[in-house]
Amino acid sequence: MPDAGGALQPAGEPVLEAIGVSRLFDVSRPWLQRVLSGGRRQTLRAVDEASFAIPRGTTFSLVGESGCGKSTVARLAVGLYPPSGGDIRFEGRPLRTALAEPKLRRRMNMIFQDPYASLNPRWRVRDIVAEPIRAFGILKSAGQIRDRVGQLLNQVGLAMSDGDRYPHEFSGGQRQRVSIARALSSEPDFLVCDEPTSALDVSVQAQILNLMKDLQQRLQLTYLFISHNLAVVRHVSDQLGVMYLGRIVEYGPGEEIFRAPRHPYTRLLLEAIPDLKVTGSRRTPVAGEVPSPIAPPPGCPFHPRCPLANARCSAEKPGYTRDGAVLVACHAVEEGRSTP
Amino acid sequence: MKEPLLDIQELSVEFPTRRGLLKALDRVSLSLAPGEVLGVVGESGAGKSLTGAAVIGLLPPPGRISGGQILLQGERIDNLPPERMRRIRGRRIGAIFQDPLTALNPLYSVGRQLVETMQTHLRLPDGETRRRAIDWLQRVGIPAAEQRIDAYPHEFSGGMRQRVVIALALCAEPRLVIADEPTTALDVSIQAQVIEVLKGLTREHGTAVMLITHDMGVIAETADRVAVMYAGRVIEVGPVREIVQTPSHPYTVGLMGSIPSLETRVERLRQIDGAMPRLNAIPPGCPFNPRCPNVFERCRVERPELMPALATQAACWLYDAASLPAASPVPSAHA
Ligand SMILES: Nc1ncnc2c1ncn2[C@@H]1O[C@H](COP(=O)(O)OP(=O)(O)OP(=O)(O)O)[C@@H](O)[C@H]1O
Ligand SMILES: Nc1ncnc2c1ncn2[C@@H]1O[C@H](COP(=O)(O)OP(=O)(O)OP(=O)(O)O)[C@@H](O)[C@H]1O
Ligand code: SF4
Ligand code: SF4
Ligand SMILES: [Mg+2]
Ligand SMILES: [Mg+2]
Repeated sequence: MPDAGGALQPAGEPVLEAIGVSRLFDVSRPWLQRVLSGGRRQTLRAVDEASFAIPRGTTFSLVGESGCGKSTVARLAVGLYPPSGGDIRFEGRPLRTALAEPKLRRRMNMIFQDPYASLNPRWRVRDIVAEPIRAFGILKSAGQIRDRVGQLLNQVGLAMSDGDRYPHEFSGGQRQRVSIARALSSEPDFLVCDEPTSALDVSVQAQILNLMKDLQQRLQLTYLFISHNLAVVRHVSDQLGVMYLGRIVEYGPGEEIFRAPRHPYTRLLLEAIPDLKVTGSRRTPVAGEVPSPIAPPPGCPFHPRCPLANARCSAEKPGYTRDGAVLVACHAVEEGRSTP
Repeated sequence: MKEPLLDIQELSVEFPTRRGLLKALDRVSLSLAPGEVLGVVGESGAGKSLTGAAVIGLLPPPGRISGGQILLQGERIDNLPPERMRRIRGRRIGAIFQDPLTALNPLYSVGRQLVETMQTHLRLPDGETRRRAIDWLQRVGIPAAEQRIDAYPHEFSGGMRQRVVIALALCAEPRLVIADEPTTALDVSIQAQVIEVLKGLTREHGTAVMLITHDMGVIAETADRVAVMYAGRVIEVGPVREIVQTPSHPYTVGLMGSIPSLETRVERLRQIDGAMPRLNAIPPGCPFNPRCPNVFERCRVERPELMPALATQAACWLYDAASLPAASPVPSAHA
């Protein structure tokens, strides 16, 4: 958990737990180019000591601006990237050893942010959806598999006959639903959903979110959920993490954070939401330039844009302060000078 | 209205397949004035992207235009030879695709792609294009643009790639922008910034934007008018405020009612039950009739065309005087 001492543990046995997880990328120019033009080796810290725990049957959501590290956390959580530091545990065991066992591996799956890149263009949709069923030997007879694929396609608002078609014959939202059907086909109980409904109209989105909730209630599914749509996040989340430049800066029950955001960044993020009033008015985008993750500002990474920043903020990286059920990484909150 | 910049007249698109002819667009008519933003919304699979693809002459094969025409500044562009169309695309029409990866070449750095696009379409001195490329990356909110201009697409996050695509579509300063889900992978703050860039172009250059999106918040804040599509047809069109606040067509009413609210959390979101018909099984009459709470006899036999409705134009028999009194007024989405 964020601070080892005053740990704040959401109730329930965690399915997935991240303890101080970091991930670095080497973004230097190729060696030869560096030698020729004298560039330095550069690393980008996409995730910086993130800690969270997701209890069984609950949804943990991550929000934050584009490029803050959400998808990287998602990939770390299913073992697509190894962490550069820290620990990830699946049901109390190191993720890496858990992944080595097909029985455990089958129990986690991921819906990717990019539905195009994640579907094999040369396969028919029915084979794409059936692939995990076959790979894990969940059903044996061709008839059973066909029925199950039809059922999965129906659940996401597609038809059995759509199984004959190839991914490129579908619209963006239809492809996204194919990737949801495929993710559900291995009957996972831990599902990472990276922008699962971003390509869907609000009515199909409502159908999919209702389906995900039904499955959660029926089968105790656990979700790591990522979305830019804060209304959707509010609707689905139990716990919520707000990320900024690779760090989780606010962490706690979703309802509590939406009701009373504490971190200055969270407050600005919630203010930037468009509404339906058709006022033609402009939203307040979070002011200031998004800092470079290659050379993050010293101290609190949010200080160049923060209305509450002071000298301490540009020098000292804030630790976590506990406020009720919420953890916040902010000096102003700790010093009690952040009254809403 | 001013002379339209883009005029789509009774456009039909079909796909010949083994399972018969699929009618993906069925007599779609839309127009855009200079400087106007037309929002296009509707059910997933309704034909929004295909409408945009037809305008830029990039229908996915074996799709083909089977009827109607498309005029750009009064000139027909639906029957041009591919070479002429290629020049129009990029210079006069900028396209932001729904799928950022297909628009970007994974083998070239993002800077090179921007520079080449500008070199092809604008007459600029050599050093100028790179400076402008950095400038465009900054305008769409890529942090440390100067350092990251030589990065490759896979080194960017989903939302950053999408912003590069937007910069690519806009950097040649086209008259018309077809923007297909330009903001879906973006957080609300960057979204606001990108929308500001688009609106700036409409104000300063009279650029018209066809904005295809599922995000009603973005529509409400950006669009002047909105067209709603369902099963390959335009089923409602009108000014943005009226479409969002007092929609007429029962599908639009259901759509607006499905928007999750930020203020309250409910156990289940409202949804329109059922699914859009397959393209090879569109029911006779009104295509929405199997799911419509207001359906009546006439809807199952006769196809409604756009007609004056509450405050918009809607293709729905509820608004035809001849249907009365069988029809009852549509319940409001915000009831
Ligand atoms: N393979 C990679 N190589 C180099 N840099 C990377 C790589 N993958 C991600 N990054 C960088 O790590 C940071 C975080 O990326 P990530 O994809 O996690 O962001 P995100 O929060 O999911 O953003 P978005 O909302 O735009 O999808 C970005 O600055 C990105 O450029
Ligand atoms: N190559 C193809 N072959 C056959 N049918 C196709 C092909 N491309 C698209 N379609 C069909 O045409 C219809 C319209 O697709 P389009 O991509 O325009 O939908 P859309 O409104 O953009 O949906 P979304 O919101 O999900 O992106 C869909 O039902 C799709 O299945
Ligand atoms: S630590 Fe300082 S700069 Fe950072 S969010 Fe808090 S007040 Fe702002
Ligand atoms: S025409 Fe009939 S079925 Fe179609 S939307 Fe109107 S009332 Fe419903
Ligand atoms: Mg991402
Ligand atoms: Mg589309």
